[in-house]
Amino acid sequence: MLIDRQARIIEKKSWGNYYLFRIESPEIAGRAEPGQFLMIKVSNHLPPLLRRPISLHNAENGAVEIFFQVAGTGTRLLAEKEVGSTMDLLGPLGRGFTVEQKLKGQEVFCVGGGRGIAPLYFLARKLKKTGAKPVVFYGGRTKEDLPLTNKLKELGLEVMVSTDDGSAGFSGLVTALVGETLATRSPAFLYACGPEAMMENLAQLCQRKNLPAEFSLESIMGCGFGACFGCVRKIKRNGQPSYLKICQEGPVFGLEEIVWQEKENG
Amino acid sequence: MVDLSVDLGFLKLKSPVLAASGTFGYGLEFKPFYDLNALGGFVIKGLYFSPREGNKPPRLVETPCGLINSIGLQGVGVEKFCQEILPQLAQLDTAIIVNVCGEDEDEYARVAEYLNHYEGISAFELNISCPNVREGGRCPAQNPEATYRTVKKVKEVSSVPLITKLSPNVTDIVSVALAAQEAGSQAISLINTILAMAIDIENRRPRLNNIFGGLSGPAIKPVAVRMVFQVARAVSVPVIGMGGIFSAEDALEFIMAGASAVQVGTANFVDPDVCLKIINDLKNWAEQHGVEKISNLVGCVKI
Repeated sequence: MLIDRQARIIEKKSWGNYYLFRIESPEIAGRAEPGQFLMIKVSNHLPPLLRRPISLHNAENGAVEIFFQVAGTGTRLLAEKEVGSTMDLLGPLGRGFTVEQKLKGQEVFCVGGGRGIAPLYFLARKLKKTGAKPVVFYGGRTKEDLPLTNKLKELGLEVMVSTDDGSAGFSGLVTALVGETLATRSPAFLYACGPEAMMENLAQLCQRKNLPAEFSLESIMGCGFGACFGCVRKIKRNGQPSYLKICQEGPVFGLEEIVWQEKENG
Repeated sequence: MVDLSVDLGFLKLKSPVLAASGTFGYGLEFKPFYDLNALGGFVIKGLYFSPREGNKPPRLVETPCGLINSIGLQGVGVEKFCQEILPQLAQLDTAIIVNVCGEDEDEYARVAEYLNHYEGISAFELNISCPNVREGGRCPAQNPEATYRTVKKVKEVSSVPLITKLSPNVTDIVSVALAAQEAGSQAISLINTILAMAIDIENRRPRLNNIFGGLSGPAIKPVAVRMVFQVARAVSVPVIGMGGIFSAEDALEFIMAGASAVQVGTANFVDPDVCLKIINDLKNWAEQHGVEKISNLVGCVKI
């Protein structure tokens, strides 16, 4: 975990209100693991006061990538940054996805809803390197919500897309697509990141199928490194559920650890 | 060579910059970022006798230049703190101040008595903004009598010096400061957060599960400077100022208003090494302005 105040943006892409930045930051890139995140200062001026937590979309060749959707003031300011300017990054933070050697040769499902696809690209790359066979499920409301489809395919992966309105791929929720696929295939593990309802639904599926899984959770964060105690959520780890910090103990948690009904007010 | 050291009478600090309670965890969270020995000291997150779960989330909401929190003093309790955390802080050569909490006067005293048995604590900072469960949730900080009783009770059992941290959510902060001093508090720190609320207009609900929270950050700095100024003129013990300090310039305002030392809070979340930067910038400012000793500036504001 370190601070890079002069991380240079070397590439920027956008699709509607989705943005992808490639940022030079050799030390952070060298340490980054899939599922970890960055706390990014979106402006050199106040407000906004706090950094914004953004998950790592990739880390390769001395650069990190972030993929995000404009959702409020912070991400809007972030989206205004241009190639050549610098960003102030804190990271890599948190505990990422677990990729066990025993997944080698096994099929694993990676399920991303909307911007939740961001960390799964990085994860799928690592899974592939481990020798696992990742299948990526990518769901959105409409085809405009799936800008990374080709990028994922370029990794040489099986990619299944779904849209709520049927404008691309499977017509319906990504959870329904996963459910249908599970009828004929038996993956060894499932990883997911996306809206709370999607993940809760997947968790129920996994429980029924006895499929081990990990989920990347989201929260408002004050600091990102465990100091403020602002991002807690009820988690069962070593006994009774208690408030654990998503930034430090997560953001990735196991299927059996998450208490879904505790999430409140979105 | 600028002399940054501060003598509070009961405690000598290397520099006037301390990290504030509730924004610095147990100190360990900041070890990856810089050598904590550069600090004047830091104040441990508020400690009750028993572990506390804290409030239901959402616990944070950002407002213009501010942060409202309702963490609810989630914490490990004295036993785990003394067994597992304090030993890891023992090698540090900086002031370690423990923020002491209680649900009633007895609990404050029990926390202090328990901590008395352990080495390595430079002072207690009494957090009198804790809701008192026996008095309908009113905190001792809300009136001079309750402040006096609480400080007195801890003073009687404490073997380390006592700082009392005041709440700004009062009618007359000077009377509370004087009561703390009268009861034996050797310093006054202020201000704690300002009681606040934010509403999500789309779903017509409070942003925080707890409805209210404490506002911190640059938004509260002018209120804090005013209160530090008022209290510093009224008491004879040293004052430690805080409230929205993000830079050396902010720290200097507090010092000129009468603070012998300052605490940096919310800024630690944004820049984990901000205290280090503030210390260096203070040194540079003093050099440029021909100030040999930073404590010469305490209360120098011309009225």
